[in-house]
Amino acid sequence: MARIELQEIAHSYISDPKDESDYALKRIHNEWEDGGAYALLGPSGCGKTTLLNVISGLLTPSQGRVFYDGTDVTGLPPEKRNIAQVFQFPILYDTMSVFNNLAFPLRNRGISESEVKERVLEVADILELTPFLKKRAAGLAADAKQKISLGRGLVRSDVAAILFDEPLTVIDPHLKWHLRRKLKEVHEQLNLTLIYVTHDQVEALTFADQVMVMYEGELIQTGTPQELFENPTHKFVGYFIGSPGMNFIPCTLDGDIARVDGAGIELDGEIAALGHKAQGKLELGIRPMYLEVHAQSVEGSIPARVKTVEDQGSFKVLTVNLAGNTLRAKLPEGQTVPGNEAWLRFPTQRTKLFADGRLVN
Amino acid sequence: MRKQVFIIQNIDKIVGQEFHLKNVSLEFEPGSRNVLLGRTLAGKTSLLRIMAGIDRPSNGKILIDGQDVTGISVRKRSVAMVYQQFINYPSLTVYKNIASPLKVNGVPKTEIDRRVRETAEMLHIEDLLDRLPAELSGGQQQRIAIARALVKDAQLLLLDEPLVNLDYKLREELRIELQEIFEQREAIVVYTTTEPTEALMLGGNVVVIDEGRILQTGLTPDVYHNPATTRVAEVFSDPPINYLTCTVQGRTARLGEDIEFPLIEHMQSLPAGQYIFGVRSNHLFLSRTNAEDTEIHTKVALSEINGSETFIHVNYGNSRLVVQEDGVHPRRIGSEISIYVNPRCFYVYDEAGDLVTSPTRITIEKRIRG
Repeated sequence: MARIELQEIAHSYISDPKDESDYALKRIHNEWEDGGAYALLGPSGCGKTTLLNVISGLLTPSQGRVFYDGTDVTGLPPEKRNIAQVFQFPILYDTMSVFNNLAFPLRNRGISESEVKERVLEVADILELTPFLKKRAAGLAADAKQKISLGRGLVRSDVAAILFDEPLTVIDPHLKWHLRRKLKEVHEQLNLTLIYVTHDQVEALTFADQVMVMYEGELIQTGTPQELFENPTHKFVGYFIGSPGMNFIPCTLDGDIARVDGAGIELDGEIAALGHKAQGKLELGIRPMYLEVHAQSVEGSIPARVKTVEDQGSFKVLTVNLAGNTLRAKLPEGQTVPGNEAWLRFPTQRTKLFADGRLVN
Repeated sequence: MRKQVFIIQNIDKIVGQEFHLKNVSLEFEPGSRNVLLGRTLAGKTSLLRIMAGIDRPSNGKILIDGQDVTGISVRKRSVAMVYQQFINYPSLTVYKNIASPLKVNGVPKTEIDRRVRETAEMLHIEDLLDRLPAELSGGQQQRIAIARALVKDAQLLLLDEPLVNLDYKLREELRIELQEIFEQREAIVVYTTTEPTEALMLGGNVVVIDEGRILQTGLTPDVYHNPATTRVAEVFSDPPINYLTCTVQGRTARLGEDIEFPLIEHMQSLPAGQYIFGVRSNHLFLSRTNAEDTEIHTKVALSEINGSETFIHVNYGNSRLVVQEDGVHPRRIGSEISIYVNPRCFYVYDEAGDLVTSPTRITIEKRIRG
């Protein structure tokens, strides 16, 4: 097990980088605690795989140092770092039995056959692979193959951390639940440092205790899933996390009231005061699940035109137009759906203010 | 464009000894939007390829407006297809990629130009027309492939898991755009997916397919709320649907050893016997919400919090259950927990897995257009 520390990491794939835009990683300074479950979340091209490769040793960064438990490993290749990696597509020896697949990393290190057997049986038990041990890997389902891939990481007793690169992307939804549950159980039992890279917010938020959101080569916010959901510090985090993402509406300030095309929305006094001092374009931000929708006018509500209502099974998504802005609201099952006109209320505690794309707080 | 009804009659597709499709019969109305929902290897791609005319069925017929077109090749049909992988001509510019199907059909140059620009605009790639596909992101490349399919104005538009290789957020955006584009078209749209949430977001009709057979068809929300078999409920639930085995005797149902509840609402006239009771995760709760609720006492196997919702996994007897509740509710693994279910929310299946009765829905809302 290990604490992983990144000191002032920057990386460019260009040999002679000139300005910031030439860097895939701009400046990453971060620590991963021993035994933590982390997710690196971001869109394609944000640098998350580059960062994972720096941690694993597949890539030596242009600048900065990587430490494992205080030891500088920046120049060490992956095989000298005691980490295991699980990739999007399981990497297995198709013609070998499941047992031999799991045993491979141990035999490779010249570990005695009796110890190999003991470790393989133990890991197979944790991952519920015992019934398949004699079967050939080729014939197994996608989730079983991914479990073997994970098992090959777990069999080594010296593993410091497991790095996952989009491990569930090619797995059917019903199997994702099962595999994710397994991953969590493994984390609970073995207390390994786990770093999970994904573009899928659902996977990141359910898997990790700490989620790091990456955007254009930078870590823009780190926090618990709840922190990222409730208080996104950047518009990008508000948009990227949550489905549908946060609603944003340009506004002006008038005392504690945010004005949207004449309509007034009350803000928290402190936030409004900070908003008056802030620079740049002001916008309101509210999550679709917190935007209240009424079929009739209620106190403090403002009217909006209904565009569509979509039944998504366990909830409905209402899309409305408010002064030229498209807003979405999540309606719980059973709630009355307004007709052509909806009355919106913005609960003060749930209504955020952004200046120039950054949370005012 | 002439509107056509597309009929699939008793189709089998046999490869070696294996049935990839078994006795598939479907009818698609002009202008309809249809989602083909099924797990990996259910037969979705096989069916699309036969619909397109790329593959021939082993048995059965395809009729377009009553005319048998089973043997007619894809080139002679009015069909466009988008694949999971982003398939474009790597040496052609985006413009030429989109124009290619029109050029093949000998459409006049000015008409090609108008349609290419119009379609590119619809997919927000009008500024990329001079670029090569390799210079673009995955999302942009798939937009080109979709534009190439749309520009033909084909009567049948087939999309085989078109968004699966894209980022989660990109999928969300493109899905909304595609929905708007589909609505403006008169083509029959068939879109395959493994994801229940995607099927629900796309709306329209759903066809649930499993192991080469069609299990259920209908309006998407109707099928979601009335899955005809346990298998349909499994394919169409995310998180997985929860099952409990139940014994019905007289006016009560017994769950496991010690839980009994009265048969209310839709279950009032259930004959005595063994049943499978199904309930979706969002109808299991961590606190009592109603006097009718039945309590299940057990231990927490796992808890997951995604920022706005909590998923608690528990085991009860042989059942693995997942509770999905709004808000953040931390629970320790191994701690005791009570979960609550209102019997009104149970789907009741017989031992063979066929639906006996489903919960009464108060309203079935129609999609509102503004």
